[in-house]
Amino acid sequence: MKLGFFLREATRAMRRNAAPTFAALATVTVTMIMLGVFIPIVQATKGAANTVRGRVLVDVYMKSSATSSDETRVRKELLSVPHVKSVEFVSKAAAYAQQSKQDPAAYALLASNPLPDTFHVVPDNPSNVLAIRSSLTPPATGGGAGTIDQAIQTVSNHKDDTKKILEVTNLVTITAAVLTVLLTLASVLLIANTIRLSLFARRREVEVMKLVGATDWFIRWPFVIEGIVVGAAGAIAAIVVLGVTKVALLDPLANDWTLIAAPRTIPFAALLAVLLAAGVIVSSLGSGLSLRRFLRV
Amino acid sequence: MAISDSKDRSRRSAAVAPVTRSSKPAGAASGGQPVVEFRGVSKHYDGGDVGLDQATFSVVRGEFVFLVGSTGSGKSTVMRLLIKELDATEGTIRVAGHDLEEIARKRVPYYRRNIGVVFQDFKLLPNRTVYDNVAYALQVTGSSRKEIRNKVPDILRMTGLSTKLHNYPDQLSGGEQQRVSIARAFVNHPPLLLADEPTGNLDPETSIDIMRLLYRINRAGTTVLVATHDQAMVDKMRRRVIELSRGRIVRDEATGLYARDETTREFAHRMRGDGTRPPGV
Repeated sequence: MKLGFFLREATRAMRRNAAPTFAALATVTVTMIMLGVFIPIVQATKGAANTVRGRVLVDVYMKSSATSSDETRVRKELLSVPHVKSVEFVSKAAAYAQQSKQDPAAYALLASNPLPDTFHVVPDNPSNVLAIRSSLTPPATGGGAGTIDQAIQTVSNHKDDTKKILEVTNLVTITAAVLTVLLTLASVLLIANTIRLSLFARRREVEVMKLVGATDWFIRWPFVIEGIVVGAAGAIAAIVVLGVTKVALLDPLANDWTLIAAPRTIPFAALLAVLLAAGVIVSSLGSGLSLRRFLRV
Repeated sequence: MAISDSKDRSRRSAAVAPVTRSSKPAGAASGGQPVVEFRGVSKHYDGGDVGLDQATFSVVRGEFVFLVGSTGSGKSTVMRLLIKELDATEGTIRVAGHDLEEIARKRVPYYRRNIGVVFQDFKLLPNRTVYDNVAYALQVTGSSRKEIRNKVPDILRMTGLSTKLHNYPDQLSGGEQQRVSIARAFVNHPPLLLADEPTGNLDPETSIDIMRLLYRINRAGTTVLVATHDQAMVDKMRRRVIELSRGRIVRDEATGLYARDETTREFAHRMRGDGTRPPGV
C-alpha cells in the first residue's frame, strides 16, 4: 500500500512536471554518454601508454666472438643487477630471422649476418631503466664507459629516448586520471544541479506537505523514486545511443584502429552496467539529498 | 504595558470567554482546560527584529479567538510558533498540555497533524485535484483508502465543493480555493484550527462565507484562532479579540456580547446586516 502510494506519487509528479523531468533525464543521458565514451578512451590511452613503457628495455649487445659459456655467465651477471626483472636472450640467428622477416628486401642484400647476440633486459619498473643502465656500465679505469663483462660489446644508449618516453607516458597517465576525476565530478554536479532546479520549482509543494504534517521520508520517497526512474531512463537512453554507435561505427573500425580494439578497455557489458548504476545512484541520491534543504520548514 | 496587566486580562477574558455550550460538552466548564497557552513568550528574529515580546495569553477549548493588529505586529509569529515552524526565544508555549519546546524535530510532523492550518495564500498543492489535496492530509497520517473515500467527499460536501472534486486549484475562484484549504485543515478533525488572514485575498461577500465556515467548524467543537487585520469583520463577529502591536499584547477582551448558541444562519444574517446590533440580543 505504502510503496504503491509512493510510486503513484512519483509518476504523478513526473507527469505534471514534464519539462523539468525531461531536463533532468536529458542531463543524465548526455552525461552518461560522455562518461561512456570517455571511460574506454582513458583506459585505452593508459593501456597504450603502458604498452609503450613496457617496451623500455636495456639492450646488451655481445661481442661477435662471444661463446655460449660467455652467454651463460653474462646472463647470470645481468640477473644479479638490482631492478632487473628478467632477461631475454636473442641469438644472432634468431635476430636475423626476425629482422629479415620484417624487411626481406634489405636483408637479402646482405651476404652475412651483421647482428650480434643480444640480451633484452626487462626492468621491474620502466622508471628504473636508467639505473640498470648505469650499473651495467661502470666508469672504466681509463675514462669513458666500461662494461661489467668483457664479453659485452655495448649497452644500448637510448638515454634521451627513454627519458622522453617515460615523461610522456607519465603525463598521459596523469592527465587521464585528472580528466576522469574532473568529468565524474562535473557529471555529479550537473545532475545534482538539474535535480535541484526541478526541486526548487516544487519547494512550495514540499512546504505545504510539511504543514499538513507529512514526515520527511513521506515527502522524500516519491522524490527518490522519481530520481531512480529518471536516472535509469536517462542511463538506458545513453546505453542505447552508445550501443548503436558501437555496433554501427566502432566495430567495423576496430580491426584498423588498435586504440579502439585495445584489449585492456572495460568490456562493453560492464561499461553499460557501470553507467546504469551511476545514473540511478547519482540521481536518486541527488534528489534525496537536495531535498534536505527544502525540508527544513 | 505591564506584563502582569496583560496576564490578568487574559485570565479574566478566559473566564468570561464565551463557549458555545449547546453543542459541546467539552467546553462546558467555564474557563475549561487551555488548548493554547502562551506564557511570557518572546521571539527575536536573527536580524534583531522582535516578532513577539513577552506575550501571555491562553485560549480554552471551543473558543473562537481573533488575533488582530497591523502588519508586522506579531500575528503571523504567533501562528508560526504554534505550528512549530519557529521556536520561541523565551517563554513557554503549551498546546493541549504539551510544551512545544519538548517536541523533538522528528515528532513535529505528528504534532502538526493535530492542528489545521489555513493561510491567506491557500497553500494548495497545484498538481493535485481538489479531492487529492484534501486526501493528502489523510494520506500523510497513513489512513486507509477506504477511510479516505469515506471522509473526503463528506468534508467537501460540508464546504460546498461537491461539484469541484476533480478540478485543479488554478481552475477555482479564490473563495473556492480557501474552502478547499479549510476542508484540508479540518478533514482530520483537529482540536485546534489556525487561520492566518484567511480572508485577506477575498472580497467581502466571500469573506463572510469563509468566516461562516470557520464558525461552523468552531461550533463542532474545534478551537479556532484567526489572525486578521479586517477590523470590520472582527467588529461584526463579536468574539474574543487579542490585539497585538509591535509584538506586545495590547488588548485581550471579548468584544461585546453575542448570542452564544447562534446558528450559522443567524450568524451569516448578522454578518451581512450592518451589524450594529445583532438580532435577538
